[in-house]
Amino acid sequence: MTHSSITNVDESQIKTKVWKRYFTFNTDHKVIGIQYLVTTFIFFLIAGIMSMILRGELITPASDLVDRSLYNGLFTLHGTVMIFLWIIPSLVGLANYLIPLMIGAKDMAFPKLNAIAFWMIPLGGILLLSSFLLPSGTAQAGWWSYPPVSIQNPTGYPINGETIWLLSIIFLGISSILGGVNFLTTILRMRAPGMHFFRMPIFVWTVLSAQLLQLFCLPALTAAAIMLFFDLSFGTNFFKPTSGGDPVLYQHLFWFYSHPAVYVMVLPAFGIFSEVIPAFTRNPLFGYKSVAVASFGISVVSVSVWVHHMFASGTPSWMRILFMFSTMLVAIPTGVKVFAWTATVWKSKLHLDTPMLFALGGVVMFIIGGITGVMLGAIAFDLHVNNTYFVVGHFHYIVYNTITMALFAGIYFWFPKITGRMYHESWGKLHFWLTFIGANLTFFPMLPLGLQGMIRRISSYDPQYAGWNIIASLGAFLLGMATLPFMANMVASCFIGIKAPNNPWHATGLEWSISSPPPPENFETIPTVTLAPYSYGLPQYSTVDTTDEEAIKRHGE
Amino acid sequence: MSNFLTDLLKIPPRDTRERKKSNVLFGVTVFLLSESIIFVSFFLTYIVLRLSTYPWLPPGISGPELSLPVWINTIVLLASSLVIYLAEQALKKQKLVWFRLLWLTTSVMGTYFLVGTFKEWQGLDFELSTGLVGSTFYLFTGFHALHVFAGIFWQMLMLIRSFIPGNYNRGHYGVTSVSLFWHFVDGIWLILFSLLYLW
Repeated sequence: MTHSSITNVDESQIKTKVWKRYFTFNTDHKVIGIQYLVTTFIFFLIAGIMSMILRGELITPASDLVDRSLYNGLFTLHGTVMIFLWIIPSLVGLANYLIPLMIGAKDMAFPKLNAIAFWMIPLGGILLLSSFLLPSGTAQAGWWSYPPVSIQNPTGYPINGETIWLLSIIFLGISSILGGVNFLTTILRMRAPGMHFFRMPIFVWTVLSAQLLQLFCLPALTAAAIMLFFDLSFGTNFFKPTSGGDPVLYQHLFWFYSHPAVYVMVLPAFGIFSEVIPAFTRNPLFGYKSVAVASFGISVVSVSVWVHHMFASGTPSWMRILFMFSTMLVAIPTGVKVFAWTATVWKSKLHLDTPMLFALGGVVMFIIGGITGVMLGAIAFDLHVNNTYFVVGHFHYIVYNTITMALFAGIYFWFPKITGRMYHESWGKLHFWLTFIGANLTFFPMLPLGLQGMIRRISSYDPQYAGWNIIASLGAFLLGMATLPFMANMVASCFIGIKAPNNPWHATGLEWSISSPPPPENFETIPTVTLAPYSYGLPQYSTVDTTDEEAIKRHGE
Repeated sequence: MSNFLTDLLKIPPRDTRERKKSNVLFGVTVFLLSESIIFVSFFLTYIVLRLSTYPWLPPGISGPELSLPVWINTIVLLASSLVIYLAEQALKKQKLVWFRLLWLTTSVMGTYFLVGTFKEWQGLDFELSTGLVGSTFYLFTGFHALHVFAGIFWQMLMLIRSFIPGNYNRGHYGVTSVSLFWHFVDGIWLILFSLLYLW
């Protein structure tokens, strides 16, 4: 009796400790991964509420719900929060949890640095959102923050929303760079014996490609933000046209990062598709090597396309044609991937569980997002729809309908591994259908609206556009509601879900070989990898003792 | 240099001190490569603005002057790269006293450079807000000076840690990382100096 009560106390103590460690400076990559995912999801909800206010304003042609300057502030922060505090860091969080498990490492290369990089995210986010409390209001120049608009400071306060915006962008950028250093070192130097480059899962390949872009493109944005900050607060003239500065130079530096940033976001999403689709079709991924090389190809080509954002910024014709060409070139490695997924699904027995539904839905909608992207890459068409809702529709098909769908696919797919419990399947399917219908209702109307000439960033518009706008707004509210079954499912399943087996999907990959949730040290003995990924029915790894030199040689390290 | 590259690409066995050291050096190198993009962006900004602005110097402004103190400053900073290399070599041979002496000399040379930069700033006939010449000159030299300051701070930290008994018995990756950072900062100055003063 006494004995059992003592164990009970111990267990409850352990449980409170487990619960508390998510609020501390913990260096376990699995804890940090969950911290990233939960924190960024909160930012996703905040930015989602902002977007519903924006759509609420746009449900009628007149400007009647919010003040115009608040409207500007809301779309600026909606974009900034969604990009810098939801999509990029949530994918980083998933990668943080999965990469060491997938490559057979006990942790990331620099655990402390990992925790520092994470804790900068909530701090940067709170700093950014605190600008709502400033007397000057938030930044209002859009998430691209072009000068001279962004350096005008009409309210005259020395610290205004734009100052805070720039500081938090620089701050979040440093966090991303530290994360990039960690990922690159981990993937290149911490792999298990036998885990050659061409035995890495595609998710690892895509994270590697994405983090290379973070490392070598993001500093350009940091440089631009530093100069813009000095223009705004200390009277320098870098981007001030009235004092000889060059505002177009800012656009070059900004897009040199912010276009590749799209690939920083979309590549890991492609990685998730490439993990989920083989698992639910029971087929090896079609053309594994070409998909792996295509990830790399996308990141190489993507650093030379940025000027397509500036076709209407007085860019010389010869330059526009060069960049139109390089933009079209991105479609080739991307097409390779879509083809590979289609071929993997071809003639297979589909298991339509929630992760697979999200992955298939994401791939189908990516085709719309991708094709409208190639259309926008053509100069003549781009000049026609420049600054219209066609552009907004296009990139929301990418950032929501592709990347966020992929994130949901990934969260459902790895939920049993992360929590040790299964999610509720019917609630997951309800979430999928509400999201799929809501997302298309919201973002499809933007394409015809843009073709008809409705411009972006306005809170009132000509009544002739009202029809499509009502559909888009109703879709946005449906999309907001669609998040509720997801949250209910996640929270409830964490506590009362059925216990998950080690490998509920019978997927391949090292992360499925260990218990759910994984033990703190990940692997008791580091496994030796013996086969390419997605080899169904074959033993992909052996748990031979890695100190046994001969065994390693036999498996060909 | 080739020695450094082979060290960087070789991966020692896992769970050893050598692996940790080589991971840190790899990470620091990647970080410096990444950070160099900030400086490259600044260099390109300078080149683009300078080529497209006429006249570069507003009337009555003589611009940054290639005076004797600037030359001395530059030579002191570049020479400190050699001194920090010698300090590192002394540590490899376990001559801890020589290491501390040479390490401190590097910091003193860095501090001389910083003081020289601020003195130069005070004697110039233009301000941060004077055309593009003021904006580029003060921001870029200031950003570089911030890096020199960070380097000195980091050197002090390593110097203090050298007094923990036995701490540097087998060399230390922190010392190598700081030295790498210092060479990087010197290399950046060489390019910045050429752009701002020699052009």
